[in-house]
Amino acid sequence: MPEMRILMAHIDKPDQTQLENYKKNGGYSAVRKAIPSITPNDLIEIVKQSGLRGRGGAGFLTGAKWGFVPKDLPVKYLVCNCDESEPGTFKDRLLIEKDPHQLIEGIILASYAINANTAFIYSRGEFFEGIATLRKAVKDAKLHGLLGKNIFGSSFSLEIIVHPGAGAYIAGEETAQLNSLEGFRATPRLKPPFPAVSGLYGKPTIINNVETLCNVVHVINNGAEWYQKIGKPKNSGTKIFQVSGQIQKPGCYEFPLGVSLREVLDTAGGMLPGRHFKACYPGGSSCSLLTAKDIDIAMDFDTLMARKSALGTASVIVMDDTADMVKVAHRLMQFYQNESCGKCTPCREGTRWMVQILARIESGGGTIHDLKVIEQVCASMAANSFCPLAVGAAPPVVSAIQEFKSEFEAYINLNPHPSKLPVMKVAYPYLETVDMQK
Amino acid sequence: MLSEQTKQAILKLQKLYPEKRSALIPALHLAQSEEGYLPREIQNEVAALFGLEPNEVNSVVSFYDMFFERPVGKHVIHICKNVSCMLRGADGLLSRLCQKIKASPGEISPDGEFTVIASECLAACDKAPMMIVDDKVVGPINEKDLDAILEEAKKGPGHPSPVDLEGLHHA
Repeated sequence: MPEMRILMAHIDKPDQTQLENYKKNGGYSAVRKAIPSITPNDLIEIVKQSGLRGRGGAGFLTGAKWGFVPKDLPVKYLVCNCDESEPGTFKDRLLIEKDPHQLIEGIILASYAINANTAFIYSRGEFFEGIATLRKAVKDAKLHGLLGKNIFGSSFSLEIIVHPGAGAYIAGEETAQLNSLEGFRATPRLKPPFPAVSGLYGKPTIINNVETLCNVVHVINNGAEWYQKIGKPKNSGTKIFQVSGQIQKPGCYEFPLGVSLREVLDTAGGMLPGRHFKACYPGGSSCSLLTAKDIDIAMDFDTLMARKSALGTASVIVMDDTADMVKVAHRLMQFYQNESCGKCTPCREGTRWMVQILARIESGGGTIHDLKVIEQVCASMAANSFCPLAVGAAPPVVSAIQEFKSEFEAYINLNPHPSKLPVMKVAYPYLETVDMQK
Repeated sequence: MLSEQTKQAILKLQKLYPEKRSALIPALHLAQSEEGYLPREIQNEVAALFGLEPNEVNSVVSFYDMFFERPVGKHVIHICKNVSCMLRGADGLLSRLCQKIKASPGEISPDGEFTVIASECLAACDKAPMMIVDDKVVGPINEKDLDAILEEAKKGPGHPSPVDLEGLHHA
């Protein structure tokens, strides 16, 4: 299956950031088509029919999400999630730096559909170039009457505010992002109420990922039927796969959903000379590993979920036969520990404990039941935490142990000294359910 | 002390949002660009501009990685240590970089020029191993390029803020 560039069609053109060039390449035709001739309700209906699913990781139906917004309340907000912090993910940066007007057009369409008059782009603060590019694009769009009051003579008005974050993975979680946007620490909120009913400042708010909103432009331009034919049933459209790690040509590659892992890796130039594929995280780090036996798996939401992994952000982190899975697991758990917001105990303490155990294993002081403790703590952490961060922290490590147990055992057997278990008992007396002696 | 210009810019930022507290994080970015970090006195000044308790502002400052409560070098280098970069040699690169500037991560180099921060994923894994030098994404990096990268950085104005005084006029 060859690459199919829809969102990335003009990404290589150096002047695509200029409004005139975006227009020359067909840009802003979707808003012209929609406003005011298509009613907001019909627009939501078209997006529903297209089957578009959110590209930020969860894969929720975009049209259905928009449909949850109460129609009778006057003030509503759209927030574009550009916090892009999932390890291995770098598609949104590409989209905002190279084709910012595509995103702005998507934001106009989505805001029109839910009747929001203020939209925010919450960008991670480290995107210096992306933020500057977006600011200029918003300014230009306003000068050309694409934003502001009474767009195209309709009753619809819209302002876009580009908002920089300040470095926090958890700010990518939608309710944490709302807290951050309100000027607080980025800690998640209890759901329900869902943001579509009570979000920013307690008003109905839709939060969509950058890539999702870019897709909306093409759905409106070409119709729901056209979109549905790309990819697979219930997994329609293209997806930007970001391939990184031990691979010849790391980068972004756009394919219809359902492309095989093999084709994605081949397009990215295949393995480094003399190396062999060992494993990959298919959707950022917060999912289970795929291994060589999965090489022909279809990369779409439902197939990967059935495999007990996830498409997530479609960020394929590739490891070859030289990769040390104990180090990978340890590094990733350090990431989750660093990024745990500290609000709930299972996540704050669980990730910390995991890092201690994995550090001990890596330094040669682990025991064989450490592996069991990891699985138990991961299960408990994932089941009892407040938000999806801890749910995502478990599978990368648990699947590494399941698939590559011998590597962990090799580290453990390096050091036959008595375990350091008594220390653990003192440090975590409340977890008596874990039988350390088994 | 916050300059009058920054204070005015912060007040203008507040008007941009439906509720002024939303401007807190952009305002802190602006305030940080005054001295390169956010000493308590500046945090308190920002708090006063927002009508907040100083501790409210400190709870926000201490949460986010991009805000510094202690002085940093003139140039800030965020080097990625996450898996995609680790698999392509980030660990070796980090130690080599620290040797070159003669400072551990988080510290200021003896010449006052650099602070290196070992960061989580910076969303440029296609450039692994990579780093953000002030506001520029650099990668893939070979150890032998480090000297040139550091020399180039010294020519720049220093670590920037994602909010600039001019950027506020867009809305």
